[in-house]
This record gives sequence, structure tokens and C-alpha cells, in this order.
Amino acid sequence: MTEMSGADMVVQALVDLGVDTVFGYPGGAVLPIYDALYKHPTIQHILVRHEQAATHAAEGYARSTGKPGVVLVTSGPGATNAVTGITDALLDSIPMVVLTGQVSTALIGTDAFQECDTVGITRHCTKHNYLVMDPDRLGPIMHEAFHIATHGRPGPVVIDIPKNVQVATGQYVIPEKIAHKSYRPQVEPDADAIAQAVAMIAASERPIFYTGGGVINAGPDASAALRQLVALTGAPVTSTLMGLGAFPSDDEKWLGMLGMHGTYEANMAMNRADLIIAVGARFDDRVTGRLDAFSPDSKKIHIDIDRSSINKIVPVDLAIVGDAGRALDAIIAGWQAAGHNGRDLGEWWRRVDGWRATRCLDFPEKKDASAEIMPQRAVKALFDATRGLDPIITTEVGQHQMWAAQHFGFAAPNRWLTSGGLGTMGYGFPASVGAQIAHPDRLVICIAGEASLQMNIQEMGTVSQYRLPVKIFILNNEWMGMVRQWQELTYESRYSNSYSDSLPDFVKLADAYGWTGLRIDNLGQLEDGIKKMIETPGPVIVDCRVAQLANCFPMIPSGAAHTEMLLQPSDVTGTMDDEAKALV
Amino acid sequence: MKIKTEAGERHVLAITVDNEAGVLAKITGLFTARGYNIESLTVADITADHALSRITIVTSGPPPIIDQIIAQLDRLVPVHKVIDLNDAGEAHVEREIALVKVAGTGDKRIEALRMADVFRAKVVDTTLTSFIFEITGTSDKVDRFIALMRECGLVEVGRTGVVAIARGSEAL
Repeated sequence: MTEMSGADMVVQALVDLGVDTVFGYPGGAVLPIYDALYKHPTIQHILVRHEQAATHAAEGYARSTGKPGVVLVTSGPGATNAVTGITDALLDSIPMVVLTGQVSTALIGTDAFQECDTVGITRHCTKHNYLVMDPDRLGPIMHEAFHIATHGRPGPVVIDIPKNVQVATGQYVIPEKIAHKSYRPQVEPDADAIAQAVAMIAASERPIFYTGGGVINAGPDASAALRQLVALTGAPVTSTLMGLGAFPSDDEKWLGMLGMHGTYEANMAMNRADLIIAVGARFDDRVTGRLDAFSPDSKKIHIDIDRSSINKIVPVDLAIVGDAGRALDAIIAGWQAAGHNGRDLGEWWRRVDGWRATRCLDFPEKKDASAEIMPQRAVKALFDATRGLDPIITTEVGQHQMWAAQHFGFAAPNRWLTSGGLGTMGYGFPASVGAQIAHPDRLVICIAGEASLQMNIQEMGTVSQYRLPVKIFILNNEWMGMVRQWQELTYESRYSNSYSDSLPDFVKLADAYGWTGLRIDNLGQLEDGIKKMIETPGPVIVDCRVAQLANCFPMIPSGAAHTEMLLQPSDVTGTMDDEAKALV
Repeated sequence: MKIKTEAGERHVLAITVDNEAGVLAKITGLFTARGYNIESLTVADITADHALSRITIVTSGPPPIIDQIIAQLDRLVPVHKVIDLNDAGEAHVEREIALVKVAGTGDKRIEALRMADVFRAKVVDTTLTSFIFEITGTSDKVDRFIALMRECGLVEVGRTGVVAIARGSEAL
């Protein structure tokens, strides 16, 4: 126990918790903490240009390292600007601790300058939050907050600290052991359920693994366990957007992503399977399509660390609450102990290969050098050019995100950073900043759309300040492409406000920030342009002009089943009934 | 297009939580954010050190929604325990208190007093022109008493909402 100011306690706790990086922006109500940081050079503070970007950078840091991201912002607008990133972290289960300044305790509730009810506003977009009214509570709360953010299903935790609590002195206490009174998530899976799962998998003729972000969150060992279990059982694997990388995309058992923009083979296999083994995935509406037609003939095993995810959307036959990695390990052990060799899945694989033969990710394109670039081609070229470089890829949200998910392959977890649940445009670029800070020597590329990028484009200044070699690869089609695609599908191509008018000259913008700017206009320039981007030291922005009206296929339209995929533009009718329109 | 809603069954949930600022808001906010019903809610601290509160919520929904409500409540950090008192069938006791003010003179006043007697409601305050009755019982009984009082000069009602506890010797 040591007597110190609240601000010093905050910083000391960060040091004690092993935090090396804080993403933040100063302001009146956090000045004492900023002053304390000044005296602690071991903690690197990354000054962003907007608090939302601090939260996404922290997410990028967290997703690429597995460690919690830390954010420091001021009261009022600092806190409200952070809300989008906090919500994003909640929906994608990203461990994050956000420290917000607050007006002094005597001023709380008086509509003081830069006051907002931060704990009230963030109550439902955090896993947990605190308002610290007593400096003696700061030590225990800081340590407990990191525990809660990183244990069980990870998520964001907000600690709101009034300015006088930062200034006042108190006893800094490190709790010996964090044993929370009420928060005790179940990590170890139930042995009987594991035994049942082993028997169900062994008896299945048409099994499929449906994996999600929970496998990534459970750490690299969980991804290794998934690979081992797939090899043992011989079953095909598909994954959600959040789960990409847990299973290598060049493995023959990989079917690609499932869901709205998933592959035909993944969705058909889900529909026809007799057993779905869901691991750390939550049956999101983007995955299931029309619920009453979702995998009608299968038994379902659901492994999830969050009991509330089980039976929330799709009723399952066997629930396994626990850590994805431990559950997979237990199933492997059970499988081996029982001496299972797996059934002959030859007939099942023949059907899967039949669906694969549709080659659903193929796209029409012209091959001459002056031809316009199909966006899918641009992603494939980027993937080919970065093989062996083990890049970290972030994306914004929209068509480019789906093309990246479809055409960029991942061999390992923590290399694919994207906003899945909340679908936050403006996520990708600041996330790449966080990933690059965590991995200074790695190639970090943000695959962006020209519209999304502009939502946090001010972070170019942050990149310049810290000399981060981030690469932004814009698939520039001059449209909010996914909005336009839906308008074509649903609203007879009435393009209401979906054109990206008045775009900046991205090459000149790069120049203004001291970056390198490149422009790629046609197919002949594509490979050289990407090569130049990779070889150019420092930050690079590539304005890759792509076919403006290309749409993202395959696609399960709103309110349709897995078996009703649109495979090509000619499948689009342009109208929908109200029931389908009302679905997201 | 019309928006459809599903009918449900009534459930009484007993929830123990940390007795801290914001916990009630967290719980009620969960119900509004996820579109669950609250028919009644009561809360008070229940331990000698004031560390824990017990919240009794009467809600309704189809069985999968009730399961989901319990799972969602259970994962909140300050929630210690969630019990569905309906799980044991009718094996729980429910009570609600209402204070019922009735104004009037003459026959209506006499009739109000007589019915209060039948319902075992107590008179807790009186003036020459009014009574305040205190009635304790199930929500049904309270409803019926209030309905009768409407005929006898009812002017104001305050109700506590339901508190409930499981029968038998076991604790929650």
C-alpha cells in the first residue's frame, strides 16, 4: 500500500498490469492523468486525432495481439466520441479498457462544462462500467476492470474518473487475487457434454464445423486445436467473418466464409449437414439467413463461453458452455480416448465438391492492360503480392470488406481485423494504426472503401506523427457500394444518396500529410502499383480505381435461405416484398 | 406490413445483485434494450451489511425468451443469482401491498368499509370524508379490491409490485 494521487494510481496500475500502450486524447478532465503519464516513459501514449479512432486503434491493438487495448479520453465529448468504438468492441467481443475523465464529484449532475453521464451513456454498450468516487477504490477497480475485460467473453470496460479523484491522494492497493463476487464465467466445459459431443461427431455422416471469433479470442492454441480436430474428424470447416484465420484458407477442408456473402459450398453444406459443430460463433442474422430454413435437418452442438448466446437465435441440441480452446482440447482428448477413426465422409465430400464446382467466387473480367480493374481482382492481386509477408489486414465496412473476406486468404489467427457485429465504417484505418503500433515491423494494410476511409481519415496525422508504415489500399469505386447494391436489389436502383461525390484527390492528400500517394487506374498498373506500395517505406495510400458498378456476389438476399443464393448479377430482380425489406 | 408480437406466459424472477449505484438501471435497461416486458419490479437491500439487493421482476414471454432473459441477466457483472420462481410450478408465495384511498360520505363510505373488511384490508388513515386502506395479497386479490373500490369513490392507488419467495426450507 502506497499513498499517491489518483492519477498516479491510474498510471501505476497500468504499469503493474503490463500495459505498454495507451491510445488517447487529452482534455480538461483528464489533465492530472496526462501529467502522471508524462512522468512514466515506459507507457507509450499514442495521440490520435479523434477519440473514436482511439477506440478502434485500441481494438486493432487488441485483435492483433490478444492483449486488452487501453484508451484514455476526457469527459463529455471525449467520452461520447468513444461510444461507437466501445459498442464495436462489445459486439465483436474485444477486450478493451476505456478510462474517461469526469467533472469533479461536486459538479456531477449540475450540467457542468464538458459533463455527460458517461456511466449512464455507456451502461449498455460496455461489459461493465465504473464511476470511481473514492481514490482508495482506484487500485482495486483498475485491476478488476482488466480482469473483467479479458475473462469470459471479452469486452469493453469503462472507468469514469472524476477530476478531483485524480487529484486527491489515497492508498494504492493491488488486489492479491481477483476473485469477483459475482462474475465467475464458466471456462471449463462440462465433461458429460463433451462426451456427448464426441459421440455425436463420431455418429455423424454429414458434419460441418461452423467457427467464429470465439476461436480467435481463445488464443492461438484454440486455432491449433481446431486444426487438429478437423484433421481427426475429416469434416469440412466454414467460419464467420470474425473467425477468419482460425483455420488456414489453403486447407482442402476449408469451405470459405458462410452467410450473406459466404460461399455457395459453405452455405449449402450448412443447409444439408446432419451435424453442425458451432464453436465460438453466435448464429448472427448475417450467418443464418432465413431462420426457419436454416440447416433444417441437422443436430447442432454449440460451444460458447457466453451462455446467453446459446439458444438465443437457433435452438441447439447440445450446449457446451466454456472456453472454445478448452472445449476443443477436451473433444480431441475424448475422440482419441474412444479410439474413433472417424466415419468415411466420402459421400459428403462428393456433395461438397459438387457445390464447389459452381466456382461461386469467380467473376467476369477483361484481361487487357487497359481494362478497368475488377475489385475482386485487386484483392486477389494484393493477396498474391503479400504471400509470405504474413501481413495484418484491416478493413472498413462495405463491399470492399466482403471482397477482402472472400478473396484474401489467411493462414493464422490475429491477422484479420474487421468490424463484424456493429459494422462500423471508419473502423479499419485506425485499427491498422493500433495493429502497426503493436507490430512495428509487420506489413499492415487497410483495405478500404473511399467512403468508409473518410470517416476517420484525420488519423493520417497520427500515422505521420509516429512514422507508422501503414498502407491504405482503397478500392475506389466512387460509391457507397453496399448501399448502392441494396438499392439495386431492393429499390429498383433508386440511388438515394449513395454516390461518393466531391472526393478528395487521395494522392494529393497523401502528399499533404507527408505520405506517399499512388494511383492505379487500370489492370496493367495493378501488380506494379501493389509492388511499389509494399516496397515504399513509410505510410502509403493507394487510390486503386476499380469497376464502379461491380457488386458483391454470391449473396443471400434479405429474408432468403442458404439455398437461395444469388450467384451473379443476372439473378437480381430489383424488387422485394415488405417482409424482406424490413429485415436488415 | 404489420408487426407481429408473440404471446407469452407470466414468470416471476428473483434476482440478487450488488447493492450499488447503477445496477437497477443496468437491469431495467437490459429489459428495454432487448424488448422484454416488465409487469412489475420491486427492489430493496436484504443483507445486514447492505451489500446485496433483491429484485423481483414479473415478466412475460414465450419460454425461449424467458430462458434468454435469465441468461442475459445472469451474465451481467453485478448479478449474483437469477431464479425463475415459476420453475417449481406453483411452489412460491407472492404478495403485493396496495394503499387505496377512497373518498365519499354516506352509503358509499359504509359500503367501502364493509368490503374492506371482507378483503381483510386495514384502515390505516381516515378523515370524515375518506379512508386509506392497506391491502396485502396476490396481485389478483389487489386488482379485485381496487375494482370494487372504483364503485365506492376510489381516488388514488399506490402499489408496491410483487415480492415473491419460494416455498420450503431452501434459500435462494
